Amino acid sequence: MELADQIAQYLVSGLSTGAIYALIGIGFAIIYNSTDIINFAQGELVMLGGMFTLFSLNVLHLPLPLAILFAVAAATAVGVLFERLTIRPLKSPTPLALIIITIGGSILIRGITMMIGGKDTHAIPAFSGSEPILIGTATILPQHLWIFALTALAITANKLFFEYTITGKAMRACAVNRRAAGLVGIDVKRMVLFSFAISSALGSLAGIIVAPLTMTSYDVGIMLGLKGFCAAIIGGLSGGIGTVLGGLLLGVLESLGAGLISSGYKDAIAFIILLLILFIRPQGLFTKAQTERV
Amino acid sequence: MKRFLPTTMLTFLLLLSASLAFASPATIKIGALFSVTGPPSFLGEPERNSAKMVVDEINAKGGVKGKKLELIVYDTQGDATKAVQAANRLIKEDKVVAIIGPSTTGESMAVIPVVEKEGIPLISCAAGSKITDPVKKWVFKTAQNDGLAVAKIYEYLNKKKLAKVAILTVSDGFGSSGREQLKAHAEKFGIQVVVDETYGPKDTDMTSQLTKIRGSQAQAIICWGTNPGPAVVAKNVKQLGIKLPLFMSHGVSSKKFIELAGDASDGIMLPSGKVIVSDVLPAGDKQKKSLLAFVKDYQNHYKAEGDHFGGHAWDAVMLLKGAVERGADTPAAIRDQLEKTTNFAGIGGIFSYSAADHAGLGKDAFVLVEIRNKDWTLVK
Repeated sequence: MELADQIAQYLVSGLSTGAIYALIGIGFAIIYNSTDIINFAQGELVMLGGMFTLFSLNVLHLPLPLAILFAVAAATAVGVLFERLTIRPLKSPTPLALIIITIGGSILIRGITMMIGGKDTHAIPAFSGSEPILIGTATILPQHLWIFALTALAITANKLFFEYTITGKAMRACAVNRRAAGLVGIDVKRMVLFSFAISSALGSLAGIIVAPLTMTSYDVGIMLGLKGFCAAIIGGLSGGIGTVLGGLLLGVLESLGAGLISSGYKDAIAFIILLLILFIRPQGLFTKAQTERV
Repeated sequence: MKRFLPTTMLTFLLLLSASLAFASPATIKIGALFSVTGPPSFLGEPERNSAKMVVDEINAKGGVKGKKLELIVYDTQGDATKAVQAANRLIKEDKVVAIIGPSTTGESMAVIPVVEKEGIPLISCAAGSKITDPVKKWVFKTAQNDGLAVAKIYEYLNKKKLAKVAILTVSDGFGSSGREQLKAHAEKFGIQVVVDETYGPKDTDMTSQLTKIRGSQAQAIICWGTNPGPAVVAKNVKQLGIKLPLFMSHGVSSKKFIELAGDASDGIMLPSGKVIVSDVLPAGDKQKKSLLAFVKDYQNHYKAEGDHFGGHAWDAVMLLKGAVERGADTPAAIRDQLEKTTNFAGIGGIFSYSAADHAGLGKDAFVLVEIRNKDWTLVK
């Protein structure tokens, strides 16, 4: 009984962390699918979400809902600017050059944030209190419910956008074949810009909703970004349910591993899974080889 | 002849003033190695600020025995290689008579062979007990040993008759040193470590480790880390509804921790230097005067709260000042005089060095504090 209680808690904790990984992972997948690059600056956009919220709460004194909107808008602007200044000007964009650019960009964003905002860690108030909620024998915080709800909402909205709007369909067309999409009159560059905007918005949203639990500082993006990347890889870089499952699976395995084996191996578990997937099933756990992306 | 007089006078005056400017009264050069930037900047920055502040104050009051102090600070960025380079530069180019710092144990251990070879006294501001154990001829330290903090917690547990503890330590230098000390001292106090868990410095959720602890026999939890990890632990403990007493290390004894942990900080106990509770110390406390002066000065200079990290540098400068006041002006004489320091009431505690003890503090350097209503209270 005692062990069952513990496992229930591990599962609940794992799922709530996993939901965040999923949200960050989706951002990776969207950009990958329209540009063929892995945007390693995605983690920094997560960090910016938290830091901009902090800024609008403490410096602009906005109420929390407005602060969140402001932070998402500001981080999206940074994402768009990033694409404009670094990705688009490239004459012959080889994937390797693009990936290195995103790594450089992430270091730059982190550095600037550190210079302006300092190195301290900051707390952000929980959206609706911090009285634990009992689920069976496990407990979660109201913030976890926000995480589940907003993640579900963001992913559903995302799915609807890609399935049912012209722009969404155009972006999927770019993913299937950029050249052909260009030939039928789709402005590919604009779609790339859109993909950066959407993934920045999702990433910063993830950063904002975890900040009350994990706190925020200029360097939280590195680890969260890598975990999101793992989630996306497990899900085969699909923009939909695959990455969501990948994130949840990663969260649960980490939590079970830390609880049942040893907490020292928590991060190792994530990266061992990442390597195994890349070696054995590079197309992801939930997809057949050669399938339509997005 | 008359025509030349003003010119001669002028030349004479110029020469005089020039010679005055160059032959300034002798200064005593003190080197300082602090990681003002880099990961341990939370140590190095207040240390540099405090050292500068106290040197300026001493000089404003006319220096030590008529000589001004000159502080030369190099930033080591928390990097042992840079610390060694800077130490060599301080000794060979700047010709300092003593060095204070470095900020971390790793850097201190790297610098020790250099100062031992060159014969320059070093007053380290890092906490690791191996810095002065075994005793090295030229090396002293001001930060309290981790072992003293552990003893403070265990004494309290003994008093409350709690014998089984769970420890949760961060997997970095500070955490692993704490983990060693927690395990090493346990037996002496009749305490049994029933769960031994760790977490990564950047981890954002420790509910797994704490769930394991909740399911164990532990009667108290001791978490050893620096911000932000312990704040996450505090929040997770509250989330899981764990009612066991929660202890933190002196690594989080600053207001920042209370700010980060928020409501979850209530009831947490930790061993701490006396700085944070200086205003509520009993009037008879020997350190009270130094502590209040330090806190007030730091507030005036930097508009921030003075913490015990800055205190380590303050102590180091004041210990040197004491040695120079007693007539030492060469590195060797300063070393000898430092070793003779007795009952100096500083920020970190009451220092008494001897040939056998270059750490100089007893366990009265720590007090046990409890966080109540987002403020510190002394645990009697």
